[in-house]
Amino acid sequence: MSERSLMWRDRLLDTAVWAMVAALLSVLAWLAVDLLRTAWPRLGWELLSEPARRAGRSGGIGSILVSTGLVLAVCWAVVLPLGLGAALALARSRATWTSWIRTSLDALAGLPSIILGLFGMIIFGDLLGLGFSIASGGLTLACMVLPTVVRVADAAFRAVPGPLLAQAAALGLSQTTTLLRLVLPAAAPGLLAALALGTGRALAETAALVFTAGASDRMPQALDDPGRTLAVHIYELAMNVAGGEASAAASAVVLLAAIATIQAVSAALLDRIQGEPR
Amino acid sequence: MAALLLLAVAWVVVAGALPGLRAFGPGAFLGDASWQPAAGRVGAGALIAGTIAVTTLALAFALPLGVGAGIAGGWLLSPRPARMLRLLMLVAAGIPSVVLGLWGLTALVPLLAHWRAPGTSLLAAALVLALMLAPTIAVVVDAALSGVPAEQRRAAAALGLSRWGALASAGRQALGAGVLTAAAIATARALGETMAVLLVAGNVAQVPGNITDPVRTLTGGIALEMAYATGDHRSALFVLGLIALVVVLALVLLLRRVTGDDRDGAVHV
Repeated sequence: MSERSLMWRDRLLDTAVWAMVAALLSVLAWLAVDLLRTAWPRLGWELLSEPARRAGRSGGIGSILVSTGLVLAVCWAVVLPLGLGAALALARSRATWTSWIRTSLDALAGLPSIILGLFGMIIFGDLLGLGFSIASGGLTLACMVLPTVVRVADAAFRAVPGPLLAQAAALGLSQTTTLLRLVLPAAAPGLLAALALGTGRALAETAALVFTAGASDRMPQALDDPGRTLAVHIYELAMNVAGGEASAAASAVVLLAAIATIQAVSAALLDRIQGEPR
Repeated sequence: MAALLLLAVAWVVVAGALPGLRAFGPGAFLGDASWQPAAGRVGAGALIAGTIAVTTLALAFALPLGVGAGIAGGWLLSPRPARMLRLLMLVAAGIPSVVLGLWGLTALVPLLAHWRAPGTSLLAAALVLALMLAPTIAVVVDAALSGVPAEQRRAAAALGLSRWGALASAGRQALGAGVLTAAAIATARALGETMAVLLVAGNVAQVPGNITDPVRTLTGGIALEMAYATGDHRSALFVLGLIALVVVLALVLLLRRVTGDDRDGAVHV
C-alpha cells in the first residue's frame, strides 16, 4: 500500500474505534442519567431505613437490605473457609490433577446461574428441607461464587514468591508460622480482591435466588425465613409490580453504589498485587 | 471438591430432567417448535431458536463496541486516559444484569415501541445483552493487548510503523487471542443470562421471524414457569436447563482448549 492509502487506513480505523468508544460511553451515560432521574424522588435516608410497603411501591428497602446482608453472610460463612482452604491446597499441590480441578472450576464458574438455582432448589430447598429461605439462597450463592473465589485466591497464593518459602524453610520456621506470617500477608491483596469479586457477583445475582431465597419482602426473623435480596427486589418491581419503576430505579442506584465501591476497591487491590499499574 | 460439585450439579439437573425425557421422549424436545407443556407438547425448538437469535444479535452489537473500546484502552490511549477508560469498563462490566434489564424495560422498550409495538422484542433483548457484554469484551481485549511487551511496540514504532501498523504486526497475536477469548466468554454469558432478557424480550415462545418479534429463551422459559410448574412440566423445564448446561459446558471447555491451561483472571472479570 502507498503512504497515502496507509494514512487513510489509519484515519478510518481511528474514527471507527473512537465512534465505538463514544457510542458505548454515551449509552452508559444515558443509563446512569435515566436511572438517577427516575430514582430521584425516592432517594433519601427513609429509603434505606423503612421497610417496603405496598409491594415496594412506597416505603423503603430496609427489610430488603437486611435480607441481602443475611444471604451474603451465609454465603461467605461457607465460601471463606472452604474457598481459601481449597485454593491453598490447589496452589501447594504439584500433582497433575490440579489442572483438571482448575478446568472444572472454570466450567463451574461459567455455568448459567439459573442452573445453579435449579440445583439449589433441589438440594437445599427440597432435599435439606430448607424450602424458600435465606439459608437456602445463601448456600446456592456459595456454590455459584466458590469457583471464582477459589481460582482468584489460587492465583494469589501461587504469586507468593518461591524463594520466600525456601528462606522460611531454611530458617526452620514451622509450616503454620510460614502460612500465617508469610504466605497470608503476601497473598492478602489478592485474597481481598477475590472476596470483592465474589461479593459483587453475589450482589448482582437474581436468577439463582428467585427459587431458593424466595421473594418475600417482609423483614426476615431467622435464617430459615424467606428473604428478598436487592437484585430480586429490582426484578420483582420491574416485572410484577405496576408503578414500581421509581422504587426499582432507587434500589438499582443503591445496588450500583454498593457494587461500584466494591469494584473500585478490588481494582485498586488488583493493581497492587500486579505491581506497577499497567 | 470442585469436580464433585460440578458433577453434583450435572447429576441433579439430569435427575430432574429424566422423568420428563421419559414421559415425552427425547425427540419431542428437539424435533418440535411448539412449547405448550400443559397440553403435553414440549418442543424446545422455538426456545432454542430464541436463545440463538438473541445471542447472535447481541454479539453482533457487542463485539465491535467492546473490541473498539479494548483497542482504545490497550493500544491507542496513553497510560492515564487508558486507566480511566479501563476503570470505567470494569465498573460497567460489574453492572448487575437486572439493572440493565430495568433500564431496558423503562427506557429502551418504550423507544422501540414508538417504532414497532410492543417494543419488548428480540432486538430489545439483544441491545440490553450487548450493553452487558461490551464492557467485559473491552476488559479482556484491553488486558490481552496490554500484555504485548513494550520493546515490541517500540521496535515497531522505530521501523516507522503507525500505531495501527504496529497493531497489525506486533499486536496481531495478542489481539486475535483476546478477541477469541472475549467472544467465547461473551457467548457463554449471553446464553446463560436470564433476568435481563426476561424483562425485555416479550417471552412469546415462537420462532422469531423478525427482529421486532417477541422471543423467549431457554433460561427465560425456566425462570418464567418454574414458579408454578409441577410433575412432568417441571421436569421438562429441567430438560431445558440440561440443554443450556451442555451447550455452555462445551463452550467453556472449548475456551480452555483455545487459551491454554492457567490463564488466570481474564475469565473471571
